[in-house]
Amino acid sequence: MLKTFAMGGVHPEENKISTNAVIEYMPVPAQVSVLMNQHLGAPATPIVAVGDKVKVGQLIGEAQAFMCANVHSPVSGTVKKIEPVRDAFGLWKPAVIIDVEGDEWMETIDRTPDIKRECTLEPAQIVAKLKEMGIVGLGGATFPAHIKYSVPEGKKAEYLIINAVECEPYLTSDHRVMLEHAEEICIGIDILRRSLNVPHAYIGIENNKPEPIAHMKEVAAKFDGRLIVEPLKVKYPQGAEKQLINAITGRRVPSGKLPIDVGCVVSNVGTTFAVYEAIQKNKPLIENILTVTGKKLASQHNYQCRIGITYADIIKHSIGELPENTGKVISGGPMMGKAMSNLDAPTVKGASSVLVIDQSEAVRAQETNCIRCGKCMNACPMGLEPYLFSALVKNGRIEEAGKHNILDCIECGCCFFSCPANKPLLDEIRLGKNKMRAILAAKKK
Amino acid sequence: MKLLNVSGSPHVHSDESTKKIMWRVNLALVPTLLVAISYFGLNALLISLVSVAACVLFQWLIEKFIMKVPTTICDGSAVVTGLLLAFNVPATCEMVWLVIIGALVAMAIGKMSFGGLGKNPFNPALVGRVFLLISFPVQMTTWPRPAAKMFGSFITDTTTGATPLGLIKEGGAEALPQAWELFLGHMGGSLGEVSAVAILIGAIYLLCRRIISWHIPVTFIGTAFIFSWILNITGVSPVGPLTAILTGGIMLGACFMATDMVTSPMAKSGQLLFGFGCGLLTIIIRTWCSYPEGVSFAILLMNAVTPLINRGFTPKRFAK
Amino acid sequence: MSNPILLAVLVLGVTGAIFAVVLYFVAQKFKVEEDPLIDEIADVLPGANCGGCGKAGCRAMAEAFVKQGNMEGLSCPAGGPAVAEKVAALLGCVAEASDPMVAVVRCNGSCSNAPAKTNYDGLKDCAYAHSLYQGESGCAFGCLGLGNCAKVCQFGALSIDPETGLPVVDEEKCTACGACTKACPRAIIELRKKGMKNRRVFVACRNTEKGGVAKKNCAAACIGCGKCAKVCKKEAITIEKNLSYIDFTKCVACGLCVNECPTGAIQAANFTPVKPKPKTEAPAASDAPAAEAPKAPETPAN
Repeated sequence: MLKTFAMGGVHPEENKISTNAVIEYMPVPAQVSVLMNQHLGAPATPIVAVGDKVKVGQLIGEAQAFMCANVHSPVSGTVKKIEPVRDAFGLWKPAVIIDVEGDEWMETIDRTPDIKRECTLEPAQIVAKLKEMGIVGLGGATFPAHIKYSVPEGKKAEYLIINAVECEPYLTSDHRVMLEHAEEICIGIDILRRSLNVPHAYIGIENNKPEPIAHMKEVAAKFDGRLIVEPLKVKYPQGAEKQLINAITGRRVPSGKLPIDVGCVVSNVGTTFAVYEAIQKNKPLIENILTVTGKKLASQHNYQCRIGITYADIIKHSIGELPENTGKVISGGPMMGKAMSNLDAPTVKGASSVLVIDQSEAVRAQETNCIRCGKCMNACPMGLEPYLFSALVKNGRIEEAGKHNILDCIECGCCFFSCPANKPLLDEIRLGKNKMRAILAAKKK
Repeated sequence: MKLLNVSGSPHVHSDESTKKIMWRVNLALVPTLLVAISYFGLNALLISLVSVAACVLFQWLIEKFIMKVPTTICDGSAVVTGLLLAFNVPATCEMVWLVIIGALVAMAIGKMSFGGLGKNPFNPALVGRVFLLISFPVQMTTWPRPAAKMFGSFITDTTTGATPLGLIKEGGAEALPQAWELFLGHMGGSLGEVSAVAILIGAIYLLCRRIISWHIPVTFIGTAFIFSWILNITGVSPVGPLTAILTGGIMLGACFMATDMVTSPMAKSGQLLFGFGCGLLTIIIRTWCSYPEGVSFAILLMNAVTPLINRGFTPKRFAK
Repeated sequence: MSNPILLAVLVLGVTGAIFAVVLYFVAQKFKVEEDPLIDEIADVLPGANCGGCGKAGCRAMAEAFVKQGNMEGLSCPAGGPAVAEKVAALLGCVAEASDPMVAVVRCNGSCSNAPAKTNYDGLKDCAYAHSLYQGESGCAFGCLGLGNCAKVCQFGALSIDPETGLPVVDEEKCTACGACTKACPRAIIELRKKGMKNRRVFVACRNTEKGGVAKKNCAAACIGCGKCAKVCKKEAITIEKNLSYIDFTKCVACGLCVNECPTGAIQAANFTPVKPKPKTEAPAASDAPAAEAPKAPETPAN
C-alpha cells in the first residue's frame, strides 16, 4: 500500500498536458525588472546605482534583514532605473530595471555542462553559500533557504524530505527537471542531506509519474542508499509541507509550529537543482523553470528562463498571443496559484507556471445555499470546518473562528473545490485569517 | 480581447453541484417508484405525479410571490421532496388529493419558511407526512393490498388490509408473511416502503456516487436489527429482527430520508450517533407507543438534535 | 372540597401565591444597584449601537457618561448636537460644541472615469479584494465598489450607485459615526466638516502614484500638479506624494481650486463654484502645468 496523508484531500483533474515538452531555453529579453522582494520576508536593499554596468550573476540586492534573501542580476547590461514596478497583481514593489546588453556572465560561474560530483564544504559553509547565492524555496512559499537549513539550537533534523510531488494539476516543471537533471538534483539533495547531518533523504513522488520515479530511483541508487525514492498515492494536496511530512514520516506538525519542530526539513525538488548549481557551479538563483500550459493553447512548453522577464514576453515567445477566449492567466497551479491582473509584470524566483484558463472554466458558477453536505469538511486535509468559518466570518465572529483554529488552514482550496453550492469558502476563510491575524497583532501590542 | 478574470484560488472546481446531487437522488428513487407502480397500479403513479407537481408549484409560488427571490425549482430538490412525500402515503384514491395538503405543509412550513433549501432543520417530506398522519389518521392508515403478482394487474382498492406492523400491534403476528416476501415487497404499506430490493438498488447508486455515506443507513438499520433482536429474545416483542427491519419504513427512511444532507449531521462520527438514535427511537416507538410505525417520528426527533450533534462531533484536527 | 373546579382554583391560587412570595424575596436579595440615570441617558442616545463613540454600544456609552459625570472627551457622533444637549441636561453640565461632520467619498473612479481592466470574480468583500490585487479599475488606491461601507452603515446612509460603482452618502441620514471609515480597506471615506450651508470642497482621490501613472488608470485622478495649492488663498491645500489634500479646518469653500483642477479630482458639494474671472489668472495657471507636464510621459506605465 502506498503512503499518503491522514485525512481529507481531493482528486482534481490532472491535466498534465505539457509532460512531454522538453525544457527549452527562453531567449534573454531586451529589458528585465528584478523585484527586490521575491522571497518571504523583507525586501533586499539595492546595492547598484543607475547607470552601473552589471554582469549575469552579479549581486544587485543585498539581504540586510534576517528574513531576506540576496538578489542577483539575471542579465548583463546597464541599470536603467531603481524604482517600484507593478507586480503581477498590480501592487507596487521595489525593483531594479536593467537594459540588457549582450550576455556577459560573472567569471566565477562555471558554465560548462560537466557534472561536478564532489563537494567538500562543511555544513556551515554550505549554508553560507546558500545565503550568498540567494537560494529560496521554489515550492511556492519562497522561504529563504539559508534560514531553513540553519537548524536552530536545541532542535535536531531527523528527516530531509524532498518534495517532488507536484500535486497541482497542469504543472510539469518538476516532472521535466527530474527527467532531464536527475543527477544534478541527487547531488544537490546529497549536499543538503550532509548540511543537515541526517543519514537519509526521502524523495516523495506521486505515483502518477512513473517515468520520473523510475529515473530518479536509477540515479539515486548510485548514492549508496542515502537517497530514498518514495512513491506516494495520488491525492491533492500531497505537496503541502505538512501533508508530505505526514505521508512520509507519519508525524504531524502541530498547530503554529514549523516542520523542524518535528525534526523534518522539506525542500522542493526544483530548489535542490538550484542548490546544485549554486554550490557546485557558483551560479546564483537567476533562472527558473516554468511551464506554459493551458487546454486551449496550440502548444505546451517548459522553459528555463531568466528571472525578471515579463509574463507578456514569455507569452509572446511561446504562444504568440493569448487565445481569443482567455478567461484567466494564473501564476502557479489552478488550486493554489494566483490569478494575474498585470501581465507586464516581471517573473519572480518562485514562479512555476503561466497557466492559461479558458473563459468557460474561468468564471465561477452561481453561489447557492449551503446544503450542509459536509463535503468541505471531509475534503479538508487539516480536519477543519470550512462551512463554519464561512458563517462565522460572514457574521463578524472572527475570534470564534480563531477558536476553531482558522489559522491552521493551509489554503489548499479543497473546500471550495468540492463545494456543490459553489460557496467561495476559501475566500471567506482567507478574509477571516487576515482579520484574525490583525486581532492577534493588536493583542500583542 | 476580453477582460481577464481575477479571483482567489482555487481556479478549478469539481463538477459537483447541488442540482446534480438532487437529480441523482431523484434517479435513485426511480426503482422504488417503478415497484410502487407495479404493485399499486395507476394510483401510485398518480399520487407521485400530483405530489411532485404540487411541491414544485408551491416552491415556485412561495419564491416568486412571497420571498421574491429567483426561483430555484430547477435544482430538483422540490422533486425529491415530492417523491419522498408520495412514497410515504398509502396508495388509496383519497390520497391523490390529500397529498396536495401534505405538499403544501412540506414546502411552506417544512422548507420555505426557514429560507429554502439548506436552511430547513427538518426533512420537509416527513413534516408533510406527519402532518397528514396526525390530521387524517384513517385515510393515512388504510392500506391497499399490493397486487398478488409482481407487475400484476392495475386494479386497485379492491382489497385493503393492515400493514405487517399493524398486524403486530393488533396481536396478529402469526399472519406475517415470510422475510423473503417482505424483502421483495409483498406487504401492505406506503407507496415507497414495500420493496427493500428497489430501495437498496437506489441506495447503492447513491453510495457509488458518494452522495450518501454508509454511516447513517448501516447504523440505523443495524441498531434497529440488534435492538429488536434483544427485545425479541427477551420476550418483550414478538417481532423478529429480520421482520423488524424489512417492514415499515426503516429501509426507505434509512436510505433516503435520514441521509438527507441538509438535516443530518456532517461529521462521520456524528452520523453514526444520528443513525443509532434513529434506529433506537424507531423500535421504541414501535414497541411501546400507540403508533405501529415510528420511522418518521424518529427521524424528525433526530433532525431536531442535529445542530447539537454538529457542535459536539467535529472532525479530528490534523494539527493538535 | 368536593367541587373539582373550586379545588383546582384553590390549588393554583395557593401555588401562585407561594411562588410570588419566593420571587419577591429572591428579587430583593439579588437586586442590582444601578444608577437610574444610566437608563435615562441610554433612552436619549440613538440606540443604533454603531460604535462611533468608541464604546461597545449605546448602553456602554451611557455608563461612561454617568461614571465620568460630565461630557468631556465623550461624544456621540451619531446623535449630534441634539442628543448632546439632552445628555448634558440629564448630567447637569454643558454640552461641548462640535462642528457637524459628514462622511465623504474620496474617490471618483467611476465606471466611466476608471473603466474596468479586469473582471473581479471573487468574494464580494472590499477587504478581501484589496488583499488580493489592485482592483478592477487598476488603481491600487481607488474604490473597489464592493460595498463594505454600505454594509456597516447602521443608518442606511450609504449605498453603492450601480451607475458609477461608487458609494453615495445620503447627507440627511449620515450621522458621521465613522463606521464606514473603519470598514474601508483603502481609507477612501473620510469624515469632514459639513461646512457652511453644507458646502464643502475635497479632493476625491487617494492615489499617490505619479501623475502619468495614475492618469492611465483613472481620468479623474489627482496628478499632484499643485495648481490647486497655488490658487488657494487660505493655504489649506498641501501636496504630498503626488496627492493634494484640503485641510477642512482651513478651507472656506471658496471653490477656486475646483475650477483650477485639470482632472476634476476636486469636488464641490452642494454648490457650483463661481467661474474664475477670465484672462487675468490664466497665464499664471498655465505655467504650472508646463513645469509639470513633461515629467508625466516619462513615468513608465508599469
